[in-house]
Amino acid sequence: MKAVSKYGVSENGYYGSFGGAYIPEILYNNIEELKSKYLGISQSEKFNNEFSELLKNYVGRPTPLFFAKNLSEQYKTNIYLKREDLNHTGAHKINNAIGQILLAKELGKKRIIAETGAGQHGVATATVCALMGMECIVYMGETDVQRQAPNVARMKMLGAKVVSVHSGSKTLKDASNEAIRDWINNPENTYYLIGSVVGPHPYPDMVARFQSVISNEIKGQLKTILGKENPDYVIACVGGGSNAAGAFYHFLESEDVKLIGVEAAGKGIDSGHTAATLSVGSAGIIHGSKTILMQTADGQITEPYSISAGLDYPGIGPVHAYLNEVRRANYISITDTEALEAALNLTKKEGIIPALESAHALAALGKLQFKKEEIVILNLSGRGDKDLETYTNYLNELKYAKQN
Amino acid sequence: MQNRIDKLFAQKKENVLSIFFTAGFPNLKDTTVILEALEQSEADLIEIGIPFSDPLADGPVIQQSSLTALENGMNLNLLFQQLKDIRITAKKPILLMGYLNSVMQFGIEKFYKQCAAVGVDGVILPDLPLEEFEMYHRRITEALNIKVIFLISADTRPERIRQLDEASGGFLYLLSSNSTTGGVNGVSDLLLSKVAAVKESVAKNPLLIGFGIKGQKEFSMACEIANGAIIGSAFIELLTRSHNFKKDIAEFTSIVKTKLIAS
Repeated sequence: MKAVSKYGVSENGYYGSFGGAYIPEILYNNIEELKSKYLGISQSEKFNNEFSELLKNYVGRPTPLFFAKNLSEQYKTNIYLKREDLNHTGAHKINNAIGQILLAKELGKKRIIAETGAGQHGVATATVCALMGMECIVYMGETDVQRQAPNVARMKMLGAKVVSVHSGSKTLKDASNEAIRDWINNPENTYYLIGSVVGPHPYPDMVARFQSVISNEIKGQLKTILGKENPDYVIACVGGGSNAAGAFYHFLESEDVKLIGVEAAGKGIDSGHTAATLSVGSAGIIHGSKTILMQTADGQITEPYSISAGLDYPGIGPVHAYLNEVRRANYISITDTEALEAALNLTKKEGIIPALESAHALAALGKLQFKKEEIVILNLSGRGDKDLETYTNYLNELKYAKQN
Repeated sequence: MQNRIDKLFAQKKENVLSIFFTAGFPNLKDTTVILEALEQSEADLIEIGIPFSDPLADGPVIQQSSLTALENGMNLNLLFQQLKDIRITAKKPILLMGYLNSVMQFGIEKFYKQCAAVGVDGVILPDLPLEEFEMYHRRITEALNIKVIFLISADTRPERIRQLDEASGGFLYLLSSNSTTGGVNGVSDLLLSKVAAVKESVAKNPLLIGFGIKGQKEFSMACEIANGAIIGSAFIELLTRSHNFKKDIAEFTSIVKTKLIAS
């Protein structure tokens, strides 16, 4: 977990003008403790041994780098899928959950809280808490509890308490607010296990480091397959942006590697029903971090929309706000329908049902111009089991439309 | 002109009562009605909350009042309009309390200038980092003679208290417990056990205790260890059920200020 410099976080927690820690004073000690200890602990030999061991034998890493022959033919280039969908619990989220639970253990915390939208991070957190024998409370918006019933059931079976959040708009942003409020009320014994590269410093940097195993593996795998470490493109979807941050991490300083982040346009960026934060947002503060977010002129945070619950976040990690500002990464957006089509296409062509989030990255393939000899890495962040109902409904709609 | 908060604490060192309410709640135009009622009451300071969609440090009561105020159409522009003529009659110190994002979007300098223009004496922004205050806010607020009040808790380390005390103007906001607003009852045992140590690090400012101060009992308790206290959630609850602000507010503040007779 070597630090990156040019695009890494500054000592006081900023990426350019983004980041920082905008938190009530009660949390100051917790944040200071994390800030002063996360690097030391996560770079210690003991931690690294345990982290590597769990990633290997519990999570199932390294995840394969799969040459997608049929997809490559379709787009007339060379596409490799980084199979984060094959991780235990079905997405990249577990990498970060393992890292943070080990950190929480070192800090002597007994009670773990987390926020979740679609439930993937909630499941990952409940999983590592079961493994470590820790108390787990997951905050989830009432709306999401209703639309993500299977993940709620998984969390409960894993022993977590799922708290349905009724405040505000009853989705991910409110679940995050409620988790922070819990932390304010229990600063002594509680560890807040944040699921993305969001929140106050040092969370964005810490989560990016834990997820950087993705790009670290890609480098090694490409070296074995092609004899060179760097691809021409790395493409990943972005909600808060943790899988993208991890997939970009070790390529940030290699400026010849083009980094593409894919946001959810929802029904279109001008439709008023979108989650494409970088397209429609402006600078502000959300969940303790200065970043780009969706808000009214008055500064009220607005509700995003995407068919994919995992991309349905009104902010974006400060690292992405910065990479976008300095043009180190390019961010594009994909609509619901484009993502659905891309998911069906991958399923048919390669026999892999992707998560709706990852389907946004897949749809980006059709928006970019590749050369025949170029190497394209697509981070397949999660598997699609949780989205089956959405896919089935879409297939039925298509069938119906054809008949009429 | 001397800042009204400084003037108040120059004259009054104990049993200082600060009342918090949310602008535009229960109805949009209630802001000034409540302000006038508080002016006539036994409250010493008045804190007006700027409603925000995502109030992290607030419990359910203030969250709900914020949401209602936003639905009523309250925003900072409108609030400054409502407060435009307030200083014709109001003499008590007035503070605005809110979250940094609202101020950022309004424009930091413009915000403080508007505060000065309408006669707001102080500002409380719980998520404003000290470093950011020093970098962007301090020069502006000192030039305008607006006090920025910082919060400390029983767990704040002495060195940090000294820094916050130095930066803070008017008073220091001492949290009654580790909690969101309205979350607990009264002054926590934790604070009682640590308040002497806390005070040792405070050189400059009076202390007002807030969060969980609900009525007479909690107020008296807080006044035994600090210069006074702040009531928010309990006051919002009063507004929710009141049909006569003037009468109910006078009664509420009077009861709160009545010293409990030691038994």
